[in-house]
Amino acid sequence: MSVEVMSPISGKILEVYVQVGDQVNEDDELFSIEAMKMQNPIYADSSGIVKEIKVKQDDEVKEDAVLLILE
Amino acid sequence: MDAGLFYQLVSKMGFYHLTLGNILMWIIGIILITLGITKQYEPLLLVPIGFGILVVNLPLTDLMKEGHLLWVFYHFAIDRWDILPPIIFMGIGAMTDFGPVIANPKTLLLGAAAQFGVYATFFGSLLMGFNIKEAASIGIIGGADGPTTIFLTSQLAPHLLGAAAVAAYSYMALVPIIQPPIMKLLTTKEERKIKMKRLRKVSNLEKIGFPLLATIVICLLVPASAPLVGMFMVGNLFRECGVVERLSKTAQNELINIVTIFLGLCIGATMSAQVFLKPGSLYIFFLGLFAFCFSTAAGLLLAKFMNLFLKDKINPLIGAAGVSAVPMAARVAQVVAREEDKKNFILMHAMGPNVAGTIGTATAAGLFLSMLLK
Repeated sequence: MSVEVMSPISGKILEVYVQVGDQVNEDDELFSIEAMKMQNPIYADSSGIVKEIKVKQDDEVKEDAVLLILE
Repeated sequence: MDAGLFYQLVSKMGFYHLTLGNILMWIIGIILITLGITKQYEPLLLVPIGFGILVVNLPLTDLMKEGHLLWVFYHFAIDRWDILPPIIFMGIGAMTDFGPVIANPKTLLLGAAAQFGVYATFFGSLLMGFNIKEAASIGIIGGADGPTTIFLTSQLAPHLLGAAAVAAYSYMALVPIIQPPIMKLLTTKEERKIKMKRLRKVSNLEKIGFPLLATIVICLLVPASAPLVGMFMVGNLFRECGVVERLSKTAQNELINIVTIFLGLCIGATMSAQVFLKPGSLYIFFLGLFAFCFSTAAGLLLAKFMNLFLKDKINPLIGAAGVSAVPMAARVAQVVAREEDKKNFILMHAMGPNVAGTIGTATAAGLFLSMLLK
């Protein structure tokens, strides 16, 4: 079953910490998003393997945009 | 060379006229510059302010004497016409997204609650022996809004301008240090963990209508707040209407930068040793801090009070963002919330009280003006 990780906030992707194929655990840090000149770490809600990453560094994302798909 | 000529030469040098007070003021100026550079505490303001303090305390330069360079800036841009703070406000308006307020208008109340500190300190300052105009200027520091503090103080109590402005900007910079202990003291762990519902999407029509409606309502209620509120809202209208991007960009970049240079230098230049080195300045720092803490507490407590009646609870931490230091106070709310639950995002919710606080402080300044200026 795949799970979509969505952005809780609008902002710019500062850093992507994972790659396709990585095993991630719940609460691992996946992204850092800059909003209001503040760095906001985004954590995984569940464990799984990274199937697809939808964004790259410096992308602007909107709230609720899909960032990554976990399997 | 005879002794008389030598003496004359020496007496024309600044060194000969230096006072201990001058040197103390250099130290204060250099400390502000250093804090700006190393700690990034409001560098855009503290660097020019610090330099202004330094040069105005060099004897015989007469920069603040009538007709001289800094006097001209100060006299025409702040003292006489008070135009710099409203221009800064236009820039801030162009940077401000009112979406979070429009999506959750309850946050207007939290922005208003944070003005309690302004009034509490106003009365406290009266009790401490400041006159009524001075007390208003000191109280407004509690709003943690630099331009508003300068706007009000230059009209009511110009002799306190330097101390009040530096206090306001210092506390804005120190928000991340001053606020968290108060926030933790007044909220429980459970309250800090409250997750708030996503903010609803706000339409363009609402975003364009807001500055128009807010201008009409606030300026009808408190006409004296029009220079600040009107300029803030026209900046916001530039931002949201979508057809004057050039004006919006100029207001929030070049223009605000130019104005900030003059504002900073002028504020620094008002701080000569003989004006600034008085016990009153220390009281202002102390009372300003009290005002700021009180405002933080009032926002938190009102948020908790509102939760008694609300079905969808609000995280009381956003109440602390009612002080108008934008967006520092909202960021602090987010940081404190994240300490309890790292997946909780209240940053945008906190922007609601935060921008509402800016309007609240500007309105409070207008109220003081209409009460105290005949």
